[in-house]
Amino acid sequence: RTRSLEYRMAQLEALGRFLEEKKQDILEATALDMRKPPFEAEFSEVLLCKNELNEALNNLSRWMKDKHVDKNLATQLDSAFIRKDPYGVVLIIGPWNYPIYLLLVPLIGAIAAGNCVIIKPSELTKNSEKLMEEVLPQYLDKDCFAVVTAGVEETTRLLENKFDYIFFTALVLPAALHLTPVTLELGGKNPCYVSDTCDVQNVARRVAWGRFFNAGQTCIAPDYVLCSVEMQEKLMPALREAITEFYGSEPRNSPDFARIVGDEQFKRVQALLSSGRVAIGGQTDEKERYIAPTVLVDVKPSHPAMQEEIFGPILLIITVANMDEAIDFINSRERPLVIYAFSSDNKVVNQVLERTSSGGFCGNDTLMHVTLTSLPFGGIGSSGLGMCHGQFTFDTFTHHRGCLQRGTGLEPINTLRYPPYSTHKMGLIRTATSIKRRGECFLL
Amino acid sequence: MGRMAEVVGRARAAFSSGRSRPLEFRLQQLRNLQRMVQEKEREILAAIGADLHKCGHNAYSHEIMGVLGELALTMEKLPSWAAPRPVKKNLLTLRDEAYINPEPLGVVLVIGAWNYPFVLVMQPLIGAIAAGNAVVVKPSEISEHTSQLIANILPQYLDQELYPVVTGGVPETTELLTQRFDHILYTGNSAVGKIVMAAAAKHLTPVTLELGGKSPCYIDTDCDLAVACRRITWGKYMNCGQTCIAPDYILCHPSIQSQVVENIKATLREFYGEDVKKCPDYERIINKRHFKRIMSLLEGQKIAHGGETDEATCFIAPTILTDVSAESKVMEEEIFGPVLPIVSVKNVDEAIEFINRREKPLALYVFSNDKKLIKRVISETSSGGVTGNDVIMHFFLATLPFGGVGNSGMGAYHGKHSFDTFSHHRSCLIKDLKMEGTNMVRYPPSSQKKLDWAKFFILKRLNKGRVGLIMLALLGVVAAVVIKMAFY
Repeated sequence: RTRSLEYRMAQLEALGRFLEEKKQDILEATALDMRKPPFEAEFSEVLLCKNELNEALNNLSRWMKDKHVDKNLATQLDSAFIRKDPYGVVLIIGPWNYPIYLLLVPLIGAIAAGNCVIIKPSELTKNSEKLMEEVLPQYLDKDCFAVVTAGVEETTRLLENKFDYIFFTALVLPAALHLTPVTLELGGKNPCYVSDTCDVQNVARRVAWGRFFNAGQTCIAPDYVLCSVEMQEKLMPALREAITEFYGSEPRNSPDFARIVGDEQFKRVQALLSSGRVAIGGQTDEKERYIAPTVLVDVKPSHPAMQEEIFGPILLIITVANMDEAIDFINSRERPLVIYAFSSDNKVVNQVLERTSSGGFCGNDTLMHVTLTSLPFGGIGSSGLGMCHGQFTFDTFTHHRGCLQRGTGLEPINTLRYPPYSTHKMGLIRTATSIKRRGECFLL
Repeated sequence: MGRMAEVVGRARAAFSSGRSRPLEFRLQQLRNLQRMVQEKEREILAAIGADLHKCGHNAYSHEIMGVLGELALTMEKLPSWAAPRPVKKNLLTLRDEAYINPEPLGVVLVIGAWNYPFVLVMQPLIGAIAAGNAVVVKPSEISEHTSQLIANILPQYLDQELYPVVTGGVPETTELLTQRFDHILYTGNSAVGKIVMAAAAKHLTPVTLELGGKSPCYIDTDCDLAVACRRITWGKYMNCGQTCIAPDYILCHPSIQSQVVENIKATLREFYGEDVKKCPDYERIINKRHFKRIMSLLEGQKIAHGGETDEATCFIAPTILTDVSAESKVMEEEIFGPVLPIVSVKNVDEAIEFINRREKPLALYVFSNDKKLIKRVISETSSGGVTGNDVIMHFFLATLPFGGVGNSGMGAYHGKHSFDTFSHHRSCLIKDLKMEGTNMVRYPPSSQKKLDWAKFFILKRLNKGRVGLIMLALLGVVAAVVIKMAFY
């Protein structure tokens, strides 16, 4: 029953009502889980979700349609199309950093594509998990969309079951046992190159915003900055000013700055503070799991902060001589989820784009490429597999089935392919099915 | 350092040099491939013939024709496929450049199969080269003549470091799979598919698996049986049944079963003459192991036609089995041989139920004059691909994605789908550092006013036509100025 357009639209609209009616609950849950500022929560967990939802509702009937394809001479009289089939039962495992948004985006695509879904919210954000478990079934068809809560052990057992698609942020080995296709949205260290020619204050503001949003717990946050020594001197006061502009002189008291989600994560991020030298911030409070917006300088590739994705409110600055050195630095490491490049010279931005590889790319800003649902969001190499957002999510959860419907008439044309074979038949076949380069006359 | 690590390392260094990326280089390599296929045609046909007892005409139409077609299509379309693809923007990004940039993944691995040993290596290779990657090619060792030939001629035409050919059996393939690749395309069976996927998982390598299954073929009572059976006969017995998308078994009403058998028999005589064994157009089973495997499927079955075998030459005559039970061995695994079981079903509902109780197949076939019935079968089942009123043919249309689902595989290729499979679609948003005013709404400290502006920018949709666009653009500029004044 998940297959009709009406059913899918009804379920999606119900999701829309969930976002509307339970907005306050969502803001409260995420605030309890990691002191997410209501603005950030409303922007990232609610607004961006609504965006995806509207995109799906507006376009679903078009996405679902059979896509007719170009035909060759042999199939001119036939019907050839790609049928969009649901996979079946799919599993979505959500992460904890944007517990509603990062669960709902794939869910929207999976429902739109006509699948049944097992939803497993993160056990680390207890309040959001509880919200999903108790409230979501009030809106969605309980038989087709089930919310399952599970810790690490139970998730492992959950993965022993066969699913037709798995979307999550962890291991893919169990999926191989059942030949289940996967989409993995992982992470990495996202570099941020700042060239010498740029409006320093604007750059500082945009980088600071991207880094400290959600207390740095964003998979696409700028992880480290690459710039020249001169730029570093200019950036420092600009960053200080941006942080003060955003959070006041005492960020701990600002309602707009979040906290680390759990004690284990807090300890991990705190340990990274020993890398290099603290230029801005550095204060922590274990009880509140507060880490101040921090900038570290004199960081070396061997330091702990350069060994793993930071996923916290710490921005590293590494100095390089020039753009070429920055590009070599980036290319010597694993491919990240996103690369940022700041310059008022468009050529510089394009050079960085062309000579590197990453999931996505944003020039002269941070995070914003994910607000555009027409851009595919995903990683490459160790930063992930597959993509989503907008129609890409729909396509991720859809099996694109090639269909050719022939007529039973015109059988004489088919005799060309049947044995017994002959050179004469061969010549005719070549003409009927080959694709000629443009400009070549096909009658010859 | 092991041999595999060396080969892959060299390919990676060659890829990092950047020389596989310019369009002109890719087109040059593809042109070289085209020359290779044209100049070495005789050797290629001979190798395939030695491996599968396949006559020149067959080998040409099954393998070479497809490759030449794919090359021509790819060379023509490559510039448009490789170009950045602009995307629809929202109000917030109106002044920016937003596009998807197709980029090479890096070093990809193509593992071929033995049943169509040339085309199943060439077609993925074409897409991988077109997408700008380095490609390690591993043809199947079971089709040893073709494998050896590919290892000999490919380096004569293509860049040797970027596109190395690796030969060998299970130990060599296992070692190869421990290396890190950026994509693996494997054609073969599900059991090995799982091994490939598990090995790829260790490096988070995406995979395209072209596997198999039992492709059902439903024949409705309302259809031209003579035509249907001729087409089915062609698809079933070509390459001696060793085709991943061959109609594996037939489902039909018991009342037409004997007619079906008679029609197929008549067609077989038309195709192969009175003595199939002497006919040059009929192939052989690839080796003794598969010969024995298929033989065991015949045990206890009612043979309506055929059944003659000759182990020395791996010959199995075109065979039809009737009144086959769904639980018998021949209905458990993919036959991959010239044995066609006919299973009785009362009607199309039973057929659909029968199909849905089993693993999703690579292909599904329906024969009927009733278009609605065909549409119904397609809608109520799932399979890699479908051909209605014929068999195999959806494979030859490059605009259709060719691939499996569930146990029959994941991912797809052919034509542009190959290019996209071997590309990374990188999202790019290029802004400038001006117009900082509009950005102010997102910076802390937050306020309801800022949130309302954010909603305006993010949720507004841009589908109001040219005039609407200009209005919105003006509105955006005005908004930027207003906000700048309010919040600066």
